[in-house]
Amino acid sequence: MPPYGTNGRRVAIVAGLRTPFAKAGTDLKGQSAQELGRAVVAELIERANLDGKLVDTLVFGTVVPSVLAPNIAREVALLPMLPKGIPAFTVSRACASANQAITDAADQIVLGNADVAIAGGAESLSNVPILHSRAFSDVLVAASRAKSMGKRVGAFSRVRPRDLVPVTPAIAEPSTGETMGQSAEKMAKLNHIPRDEQDQFALRSHRLAAAGTSDGRLTAEIMPYFVPPKYDVIPTSDNGIRTDTSFEQLSALKPVFDRRYGTVTAGNSSPLTDGAAAVILMSEEKARALGYRPLAFIRSYAYAALDPGEQLLQAPVLAAPTALRRAGLSLSDIDLVEMHEAFAAQVLSNLQGFESKTWAERAGLSKPVGEVDRSRLNVMGGSIAIGHPFGATGARITTTLANELRRRSGQFGMMTVCAAGGMGFAMILEAAP
Amino acid sequence: MTVVNETSAAPRALAVEMVEGIAVVTFDLPGESVNKFTPAVLEEFGALVDRADRDTSIRAVVLRSGKPDVFIAGADIDQFLTIHSAQDAEAMSRDGQQRMDRLEQCRVPIVAAIHGACLGGGLEAVLACAYRIGTEHPKTVLGAPEVMLGLIPGAGGTQRLPRTVGLRNALDMILTGRNVRAKKALAMGLLDELVHPAILREVALDRARQLADGRIKRARPRRTRGLVALALEDNALGRKLVLRQAREQTLKKTHGHYPAPLAAIEAVRAGYTEGRERGLAEEARLFGEMAVTDQSRELIYLFFATTALKKDRGVDAPVDPLPVDKLGVLGAGFMGAGIASVAAMQGTVVRLKDAELPRVAKGLKAVCDVLRERLKKKQITRRQFEDQLSLVGGTIDYSGFQSVDLVVEAVFEDLALKHRVLTEAETVIPGDAIYASNTSTIPIARIAEPSRRPEQVLGMHFFSPVHKMPLLEVIVTPRTSAVATATAVAYGKKLGKHVIVVNDGPGFYTTRTLAAYMNEAGYLLDEGVPIDALDAALVDFGFPVGPITLMDEVGLDVGGKVGLVIHEAFGARLAPSASLARVLADGRTGRKGGRGFYRYGADGKKDGVDETVYKLLPTGANRVEVPVVEMQQRCVLAMVNEAVRCLEEGILRSPRDGDVGAVFGIGFPPFRGGPFRWVDAVGAGTIVRQLEVYHGRFAPRFEPARMLVEMARSEKKFHPHAE
Repeated sequence: MPPYGTNGRRVAIVAGLRTPFAKAGTDLKGQSAQELGRAVVAELIERANLDGKLVDTLVFGTVVPSVLAPNIAREVALLPMLPKGIPAFTVSRACASANQAITDAADQIVLGNADVAIAGGAESLSNVPILHSRAFSDVLVAASRAKSMGKRVGAFSRVRPRDLVPVTPAIAEPSTGETMGQSAEKMAKLNHIPRDEQDQFALRSHRLAAAGTSDGRLTAEIMPYFVPPKYDVIPTSDNGIRTDTSFEQLSALKPVFDRRYGTVTAGNSSPLTDGAAAVILMSEEKARALGYRPLAFIRSYAYAALDPGEQLLQAPVLAAPTALRRAGLSLSDIDLVEMHEAFAAQVLSNLQGFESKTWAERAGLSKPVGEVDRSRLNVMGGSIAIGHPFGATGARITTTLANELRRRSGQFGMMTVCAAGGMGFAMILEAAP
Repeated sequence: MTVVNETSAAPRALAVEMVEGIAVVTFDLPGESVNKFTPAVLEEFGALVDRADRDTSIRAVVLRSGKPDVFIAGADIDQFLTIHSAQDAEAMSRDGQQRMDRLEQCRVPIVAAIHGACLGGGLEAVLACAYRIGTEHPKTVLGAPEVMLGLIPGAGGTQRLPRTVGLRNALDMILTGRNVRAKKALAMGLLDELVHPAILREVALDRARQLADGRIKRARPRRTRGLVALALEDNALGRKLVLRQAREQTLKKTHGHYPAPLAAIEAVRAGYTEGRERGLAEEARLFGEMAVTDQSRELIYLFFATTALKKDRGVDAPVDPLPVDKLGVLGAGFMGAGIASVAAMQGTVVRLKDAELPRVAKGLKAVCDVLRERLKKKQITRRQFEDQLSLVGGTIDYSGFQSVDLVVEAVFEDLALKHRVLTEAETVIPGDAIYASNTSTIPIARIAEPSRRPEQVLGMHFFSPVHKMPLLEVIVTPRTSAVATATAVAYGKKLGKHVIVVNDGPGFYTTRTLAAYMNEAGYLLDEGVPIDALDAALVDFGFPVGPITLMDEVGLDVGGKVGLVIHEAFGARLAPSASLARVLADGRTGRKGGRGFYRYGADGKKDGVDETVYKLLPTGANRVEVPVVEMQQRCVLAMVNEAVRCLEEGILRSPRDGDVGAVFGIGFPPFRGGPFRWVDAVGAGTIVRQLEVYHGRFAPRFEPARMLVEMARSEKKFHPHAE
């Protein structure tokens, strides 16, 4: 297999930025996903001193789209510092939506269709659309079609009180009806992940994220968010990171999804979060011509999927070896690993899967991917502490991995992201010289 | 379809195209960017109406404009300069009225197809048309700006407008000169229909046909709607009340300095109470009266002065200004935020930097508030509001400054701080970026001392509040390059400002002349005059607010600092008063601190004079009385004498710049035209004599400027060619 992007068309990650990630219902609750996305892209462009006229395409990911602006990417691309002629599209691949945006944009660069692209994602879980019941929707549609006032009134006469109860979309699999938490709970049981290991992992996530925040490595990737219209709240870092939490506190929490035998708690899961993140991608030759020093190059990526009824969040175990194979690398070549932490139980299951012969066979490998060196894993914490705005997380991880790889003078970095629908993603980055 | 365009020696403004019996008349004044009524154009219109009356193949007329975004901008203002007597002007008005009557009485219906600005005489013309269609477009506005030139509508406008849109709407338009957007014009009955610009011609043709066939009726004055209108406009008593209120409000607003609004009210009144014929006669008589007032002459002078400035590139060298697409603003205080907001309104990307996040946040909120006000007033759409807001990015580091075209420094007036900021910024910004300081006082050459590229350093002195104050003073040093100057001037114009270019010096022009005026007000306080009496005296002279109120507004700390710099530079002549120093020492900073010479409510609203302030002043509780005229003369003479020195020293390039700067920057009464026009009007000899009297009492103050003495001796004027 030829390397991804040859003859100067290697894809460079030139810059990345995100908003602070704020737990839903807190600092950023008044901001829609569109506003979050526009804010981060505007600031990214200006911080990177990028001439908007050079941008060829913009791709954005979101998971719970706004009914009023379903193509959020286009709303972002209509920012005043960008020309109106930038085609833009929105993608959705659950928690890997921003990754999808990035790989779609990168593909366009590799193909020679674009030289400069902006990709990222945004999510406001404080602004989830609340729907009318099916029965009430039918009435509204009938009323809007009614030709006379009498018929219109007639349509409404069919409404029963229970029809007025709104429907809040749950984070559940349409195919199985299982919620994300229930899936994590099931994985903890199937893979025998004890509660204390999960809590220890969560604690680690918080401690490392707190360290990354206080030493400025994480905040360097975060724009201060001046929250309109009052501007009296200015988050500059993620408000889900607990500097003061302890193993004891985490162990005291009650399991949420299986109150009797469960191990998954609010403490060892990622919280519902508002935020946006984006990266600037360029072809290697364009980056050089414009005088940008790339943070890293995309070496390879892979998506994988399995039966959502099985282990919903285990597909990174299948995606990672594919990405490694495409990169011509093995885990031992990897200096740094960033894994999306939906749940501690999921990360630990994934790590176990990397070491398992059974999963290696399923991935078509003769031997397992291997054991991930914990000292190279999520070195600034992960989604459990930082938070997880579905559509944005992939761009956050990409930026963090690229920056940290350079900081540590590493050569290769790998990221994995699990996604609803039984899907997984992996990408290999290569440090820029 | 035939094009009938009689060829003659002079290029014609009106082109007529016959479309199935409809004469489509396109008004496109050759050699001009806008359409206006010159005597020749009026002749052409007359001939057109004659032809429409005679030629039975013409069934209707459509009047449209050939200019992209202007319908008719009004009368050619040049012709007002030729007016020498009220009789001349009255005759001119009578002529205009008769021409509009001819339009109205034309045998065939005339449909006005209005796209773009329709102002003054243009508005009066369409009011005489049978049907008015406007386009749904931001450039389509209608207005009667005559009062802004000290005039009144003189071609039937005071009669037709009230009958078309109702008394209150008409008074609002005529007395404020405000433009009305198309949508509002439709609502008030000024337009009969609103269409997309793309179908304006088609719809106008349709309507013309229907009018010709009698299928629709000529535009009828809209019936007044609503109970309030019924009570106030449909009966003589209600109208009397409305007119009286309008008169009272006008007097309150103008302090009796501007006769034109009152004349307009009188003309409107005459039409209602004595009928249209008498109304038109009054209109013409009053127009004649207004046209020869000093106020009108000065306002027209300012119109021409600012028009000339628009064409002034600020440099003689043949250089092109650089584009400014990205602006860095250093300091997110009130000025910095104000500059950021006007830049964002013009589509410039802005990096707004301050040392701490809360200060940046405060600046961004100020930007947001300015833009939100525009949204509320429907001057911009929600999308424009959001876009303009997202152009301004707040930062506490120099991120993003690597690609700015222009930096405006608006930090506190402290030379060491300004040096540090300039040095920091120069390490980051591109080599060809221009660095401007928004200082109001400190010489630019001093600010540029540590600069590695002083040829790119200049001053851009904006006035507060930036989004409302129309002046920008660009300050250049001997080292400033022509490109830098041209760029600052061009960008200032893009921001909608009147830009004057002045040479460097302490306080430049505006701050220095204002300091002389404020100092003198301070001396009057030292002598014991009551604060409110002093303020009232200068408001009575025509300033928008009195000097002490202004001191509270500007901030005593700021004023104090300016005073010291000016004193240091110019010596005893411009020494600050004791009063200001003492009140400042008491910890009063003016309105922003809630305490100054006046009392302020919790909401920042001015209350009365703070009587406790008197015990801080040199005369303590004792008040003395100084005649109003003396208070006015001393303050104004101090200012004007200093203005002349600025011209004498070459700080100012011309008296015109000095007039525009004083009127639009520091509130010199517009109806007096500016300091130099005022000297011309009063006479340099008289001014010098007055100065000498005060010099005798208050030396070293009031020593007449050399140039003034010279002009008094040679009986010259600053504006020798003015009427």
